[in-house]
Amino acid sequence: MDFVLPQLVAGLSVGSILLLAAIGLSLTFGQMGVINMAHGEFIMVGAYTAFVTQGVLGHAGLSLLVSIPVAFVVGGALGLVLEQTLIRHMYHRPLDTLLATFGVGLILQQVARDLFGAPAVDVQTPSWLRGSVEILGTAVPWSRIFILGLVILVVAGLSALLAYTSLGRRIRATVLNRDLAETSGISTRRTDRLTFFVGSGLAGIAGVTVTLIGSTSPTIGQSYIVDAFLVVVAGGIGKIKGAVIAAFSLGLLQAFIEYSTTASIAKFLVLVIVVAFLQFRPQGLFSVRTRSLA
Amino acid sequence: MTATIETTTPERQRTTVTTRRRAGLAPGVPRTKGTMVGLILLGLGLAVLAPALMTDFQLGQLGRFICYAMVAVGIGLAWGRGGMLTLGQGVFFGLGAYVMAMHMQLADAGFAGEDAPQFMRNFGASLPWWWEPFRSELFTLVAILLLPAMLAFALGFSVFKRKVKGAYFAILNQALVAAFVVLLVGQQTTLNGSNGLSGFQSWFGLSLYDPANRRLLYYVAVAVLLVMVLIAFWIMRSRFGELLVATRDSEERVRFLGYDPALIKTITFVIAAVMASVAGALFVPIVGIISPAEIGVVPSIAFVIGVAIGGRATLFGPVIGALAVAWAESSLAQTFPSGWSYFQGLLLILVIALLPGGVASVVHYLRNYRSYLRFNRNRRSS
Amino acid sequence: MGDHLKRHHIALRAGTAVAAVTSLLALSACGARVGEETSAASESCVDVSGDSIKIGFINSLSGTMAISETTVNDVLHLAADEINEAGGVNGYELEVVEEDGASEPATFAERSQRLIAQECVAAVFGGWTSASRQAMLPVFEGNNSLLFYPTQYEGLEASDNIFYTGATTNQQIIPALDYLLEEEEVESLYLVGSDYVFPRTANMIIKQWADENDVEILGEDYTPLGSTDFTTIANQISRSGADAVFNTLNGDSNVAFFRQYNSLGLSAETMPVISVSIAEEEVDGIGASNLEGQLTSWNYYQTLDTPENEAFVEAFQEEYGASRVTSDVMQSAYNSLYLWKAMVEEADSFAVDDIRDVADGISFDAPEGTVTIDGETQHVTKTPRIGRINADGLIDTIWEGELTEPDPFLETYSWADEEEAEEFAEEAGEGDDADEGSDD
Repeated sequence: MDFVLPQLVAGLSVGSILLLAAIGLSLTFGQMGVINMAHGEFIMVGAYTAFVTQGVLGHAGLSLLVSIPVAFVVGGALGLVLEQTLIRHMYHRPLDTLLATFGVGLILQQVARDLFGAPAVDVQTPSWLRGSVEILGTAVPWSRIFILGLVILVVAGLSALLAYTSLGRRIRATVLNRDLAETSGISTRRTDRLTFFVGSGLAGIAGVTVTLIGSTSPTIGQSYIVDAFLVVVAGGIGKIKGAVIAAFSLGLLQAFIEYSTTASIAKFLVLVIVVAFLQFRPQGLFSVRTRSLA
Repeated sequence: MTATIETTTPERQRTTVTTRRRAGLAPGVPRTKGTMVGLILLGLGLAVLAPALMTDFQLGQLGRFICYAMVAVGIGLAWGRGGMLTLGQGVFFGLGAYVMAMHMQLADAGFAGEDAPQFMRNFGASLPWWWEPFRSELFTLVAILLLPAMLAFALGFSVFKRKVKGAYFAILNQALVAAFVVLLVGQQTTLNGSNGLSGFQSWFGLSLYDPANRRLLYYVAVAVLLVMVLIAFWIMRSRFGELLVATRDSEERVRFLGYDPALIKTITFVIAAVMASVAGALFVPIVGIISPAEIGVVPSIAFVIGVAIGGRATLFGPVIGALAVAWAESSLAQTFPSGWSYFQGLLLILVIALLPGGVASVVHYLRNYRSYLRFNRNRRSS
Repeated sequence: MGDHLKRHHIALRAGTAVAAVTSLLALSACGARVGEETSAASESCVDVSGDSIKIGFINSLSGTMAISETTVNDVLHLAADEINEAGGVNGYELEVVEEDGASEPATFAERSQRLIAQECVAAVFGGWTSASRQAMLPVFEGNNSLLFYPTQYEGLEASDNIFYTGATTNQQIIPALDYLLEEEEVESLYLVGSDYVFPRTANMIIKQWADENDVEILGEDYTPLGSTDFTTIANQISRSGADAVFNTLNGDSNVAFFRQYNSLGLSAETMPVISVSIAEEEVDGIGASNLEGQLTSWNYYQTLDTPENEAFVEAFQEEYGASRVTSDVMQSAYNSLYLWKAMVEEADSFAVDDIRDVADGISFDAPEGTVTIDGETQHVTKTPRIGRINADGLIDTIWEGELTEPDPFLETYSWADEEEAEEFAEEAGEGDDADEGSDD
């Protein structure tokens, strides 16, 4: 049984990355019903933001901390532009937004290629995140602890925003009943814009954390998008709680299956298990009674 | 669920002429005369003109595009008429292709006097039991039709029974493709992993090195495509086709009228899956290879792109769109690899945002605005 | 409604007629059965009447493999320009026709067909992945044309229509193992690789070799291509306490792997990683800081101290910029053009059969040292070299083996016989879990 603890840690690590990639989607897809296939590319933009910030500041530790808010703003701004120019004309055609934003993703990938080249760029890990710490006889890398902490902060912040601020109340009202919200004097357009800004900004933050783990190249968004959507769908629509549980469940599932088989088989099994789960429970883990989704 | 809820699909929220046009609904049902002319033109173009004007190489390329067009016909039915965005056609395309490829591998090994394909012998592996039935030509042909049908039915029925919405369905499909590719790549000793199956000598006893046979294959593909278009036409004209569109536009009402929308959707999904599978089965002898790279998440989206650009809800739109996009990709992407990405992205955005009916809808507007109005009057009075 | 139905039937009939006519057309065009002589045996259409000769380059200039393959394309152009400046091949000037393989095997097959049948090139240079080579192989065999394939690969192949100028397993994998056994004195290994044919074949060979040399294999793991999570694998490696890691990961997965490996406090001193897919070109993207001190196994490094290499690196950097690096596969591609030139001039002909006849023993003073073609397998001799990655991202040679004859089917290695292979395949089929090395 000495493998349980390391795999628990591994599962939490995988889950925290998944959750960061998916939490923005749970806003834009979960709350608004927009399938934004360019979400993966927003993650990629966040990663390159970290790279550029590091180039400007030169100090890995400082630039990591600086690039988190910067990537949030950059990702958010991109989302805002996308919402204003394209998505707002297509709220009544959710499936079509999927294809149109896939086109946006293609363009963003090519822009990254033209600006930074196709090969991966190297984003340095700050010295205080290298190495690991012994917890109960298991080596836990500092970078993973940092990411886990960041995820907890992001989830707490987002939950607080939804629960206690006027913006959060407006978002929830719009999700539950758009027309009624409109007649109650809420500007649903403004709410939409803000929701999209926050959701895309979170993708930017996810991008920064991704640089701590793997490579930074124009196509990294592709490797997260399918999993991120699955997390949102499996968690249930419009519930942050659902996304959190789904992400960590998938992470742990992946880690424990991988321990006894190989990464390839684990990946396959996890996907199949989720698809099978959704066959029997299409509304996901948690469902809100809402008619916002087509 | 209370019955007072008006669950129109977003596509049709307002019912003025202008929104209909915005939603790109070409006349709902293809007209007989136009279809006949279209079929004959398509047949002439592909079966007479193309072989006369093209080199063997270009004809082989066109054969590949025709396979994509077959997938497009199915997507046109499922998505354009039925509102189900099938982002996972790669699974069915791959099923048909791998079944055909396994049969061809076994046949080639048989002619060479071996009992297992070369790649297995490289790994010192023996033939797995589930390869055995594919020695039979009949079993192979049946499997190409039945396997995807069963899988699509299993997937579709339970999902549609539970009233899963379009977006979910699309994402489920996409996840399935991702899983399928991971599975295939892992099958190194049984399906040659990421290299896929290739190096075929023969197709049902015909040598693939003979240009005459390659031409024959091309004609077979054209004939199959025409038959598929005919089937699609027949479905669109039938009562079932009307129900399908009704289900797309207002599933609840169809249910209240005593029909089972889940069954209607499932049947259509199965038809689309079988079409994709047949396309895959013909792709293998025409192109000479099937590998996981041809059926991943991105190729599956690419199948849909052609349909979207051509005109999803029309009869010929998906076919023409698929052929055009495939042709553009193979010629433009070669010349301007970076420009092509921009072009493809922009084209997709513009067509989807401004012209959801695809290019077919433009042709239609230009052709006869009056008949368009008359058609709408008829629709309203019926 | 009746009228409408009638029309409907007419349409169906008409449509059926159209389809039927097409099918008839199809069946009338039936060609040769298997085993018969085809009616149109592919006659080569290479045009030697002018003063120039066409050759084809096929590399992925777009898609996921473009990163690697564009460098090969660069070096092929460099070689062609050099040859033209020196008076061409047998007096003919080279005329290059380029095709993009777009990182898709099917595209490689299609485009190579075009190069041979439409452009009538005398030879084709390129391809990188095994999938692309296997997709092209039937095309070249069917047309009896020539492909020069530059990448180190998993062996088990020797086509009459392909010249393999990269290393096969006994020139890269086995020397790396010998080095680990002799110099590092390893007693146990952990295998990690991407999930595709090269790692799986390499690991199959490694397991047979380990069985023979009493080296324990403590684990064998495959990750999907492009995978970025190595938490579990790094944990298992760390806990296994293996003496070294044999790494066949491809591309960007290496970044994630080495980061995770480093963060667990593993290092080149305690548990070196020997990689066979990381060359100078990849080091930059992975980050030299993540890789410093780790080992690689290749036949060529940019730092090699030979006059030929000095000239090669200088010419390349002059053409493409001083920041560019050269790597093993690039060098093999560069050699392939010169080897083809030497064969054509020896045969005094561009015909494929004539070239094949003179191939055996043709050699070229390459940057890596003199390489000689083995006519039987159409591979070349290679000198295995183990390198250590330094802080500048270049690789220093730390060990050099004997000049090795190619042996793609490992026929000269007693432990790699078929029965053993079958045994291993059966074990592999049980699931890819790490098997305990049997101690018999």
